[in-house]
Amino acid sequence: MRIFDPHIHMSSRTTNDYDAMYRAGVRALVEPSFWVGQPRTSVGTFVDYFDGLIGWEPFRASQYGIAHHCTIGLNPKEANDPRCRDVLEVLPRYLAKDGVVAVGELGYDAMTAEEDDVFAAQLELAAEHELPVLVHTPHRDKEAGTRRSLDVIRESGIAAERVVVDHLNEVTVEAVAESGCWMGFSIYPDTKMDEDRMVRIMRRYGVERMLVNSAADWGKSDPLKTSKTAHAMLAAGFEPAAVDTVFWSNPVGFYGQSGRLRTEAPALGDGDGTTYAGNSIERGKR
Amino acid sequence: MTAPKPAELRAALDERIDEAAGRWLDEALADIATGMRAIGTLFPAAGRKCGRGPLVDDVAAVESETLRSWNSEDAVRALLLTALPLTGAELGTEISALYRYGDAAEKRGVLRGAGVLREEPELVDSVLPLVRDALRSNDTGLIAAGMAEFGAEHLDAPAYRQGVLKCVFLGIPLRDVFGLPERADSELARMLTDYARERSAAGREIPNDVWLVVDPTQLHSAEEA
Repeated sequence: MRIFDPHIHMSSRTTNDYDAMYRAGVRALVEPSFWVGQPRTSVGTFVDYFDGLIGWEPFRASQYGIAHHCTIGLNPKEANDPRCRDVLEVLPRYLAKDGVVAVGELGYDAMTAEEDDVFAAQLELAAEHELPVLVHTPHRDKEAGTRRSLDVIRESGIAAERVVVDHLNEVTVEAVAESGCWMGFSIYPDTKMDEDRMVRIMRRYGVERMLVNSAADWGKSDPLKTSKTAHAMLAAGFEPAAVDTVFWSNPVGFYGQSGRLRTEAPALGDGDGTTYAGNSIERGKR
Repeated sequence: MTAPKPAELRAALDERIDEAAGRWLDEALADIATGMRAIGTLFPAAGRKCGRGPLVDDVAAVESETLRSWNSEDAVRALLLTALPLTGAELGTEISALYRYGDAAEKRGVLRGAGVLREEPELVDSVLPLVRDALRSNDTGLIAAGMAEFGAEHLDAPAYRQGVLKCVFLGIPLRDVFGLPERADSELARMLTDYARERSAAGREIPNDVWLVVDPTQLHSAEEA
């Protein structure tokens, strides 16, 4: 089974996770830029984070045979902090980088006027840079937030097939299915969505335009939820081809719209490929 | 050995890139010159649009001293720099930002490309800190680019010597270090001789490159003394 995790925050995971993911069949992933738990207070820390997403982290993934890509954006939570607002100024430089396959995570957190502005500005950047868009839906007031996101997407003029609306559930999936946008689901150990509920949703809505991710980060999460959901699909009677559609063809199709996707882990790093900018993931062997 | 001229880079590139890539490059150069598009969004795309890998093949590399250590994407980025309608401090500010926000390949492009630009004192003031940043890293590609035409020409003697020594330590071929025949002085010879003695005393291999600077008889006489 080959798996493409379309949304996972690997910077907060260990090499053990990479190893386990490879064993479970993960061969490619996308790491969206998002908030990092501790609020950032300057543009500089964003820039260093973005540099990691296009530099060190793809190297780390490549050491485990996994192709790493990322999305770049100013997330809605931090869009509310005026100290972070100028991140918008440096985004065009980062949206032009090789490993960047979408703008994101965008969308709403508390649905403020600041979030409106930053969301709209980044949808324009997506059009300019010919990149698809990853939209996060809020934890609180999710249904209203999802509808408002769909309105903003529609008003921006971006084609629905170039947008995924993520973290959906039974209540929010319908509106997104109707909109023509891709439907994203994050499978968590306790919250948001679990494997069996996910299988029930796919029974009802089919597997087209469906993206299922682990969204694993520094919180309670499980980087193998993609694999576990794939097995739950098989156990529920889905054909292997349908599983492959959800966990490979769909993410390849969606992020492939960037023209920058490479599904084979590239040889990264210096010379023999065991170091990146002179640094390795070894501890003490060298 | 001198820095390549933009026309030489373009001629070598035209041998390697297809029509679509050539068109992309022409449009990018025109857009930068007229301010239509920002170089900051074109510079990162150089490898993706025009390919990567050595600018000249092995046979041509033997003939062309100046192009031997260049990659295609370095050449594209150097040409993009030459299209900037800026001079002096403004040019330096733009170039510094490209380096600051650049990935490793873009940083190499800045350092190699700077050697192709018309020399101005303000430009030297802006780019030298970037060269020093590169030499502080452990990235061999970046260090080699730091010791290419621009850096090697403008570093002061102590920094140049330390750069050469770091290249030897990290296995970067000294033939890729610019200006060695002119800039190798007695102090550099002493530093590399000490290094070779240390290796010899530890029973470790002495990198061949040190003999470009070190007199083997000095090494032996010291050991016997």
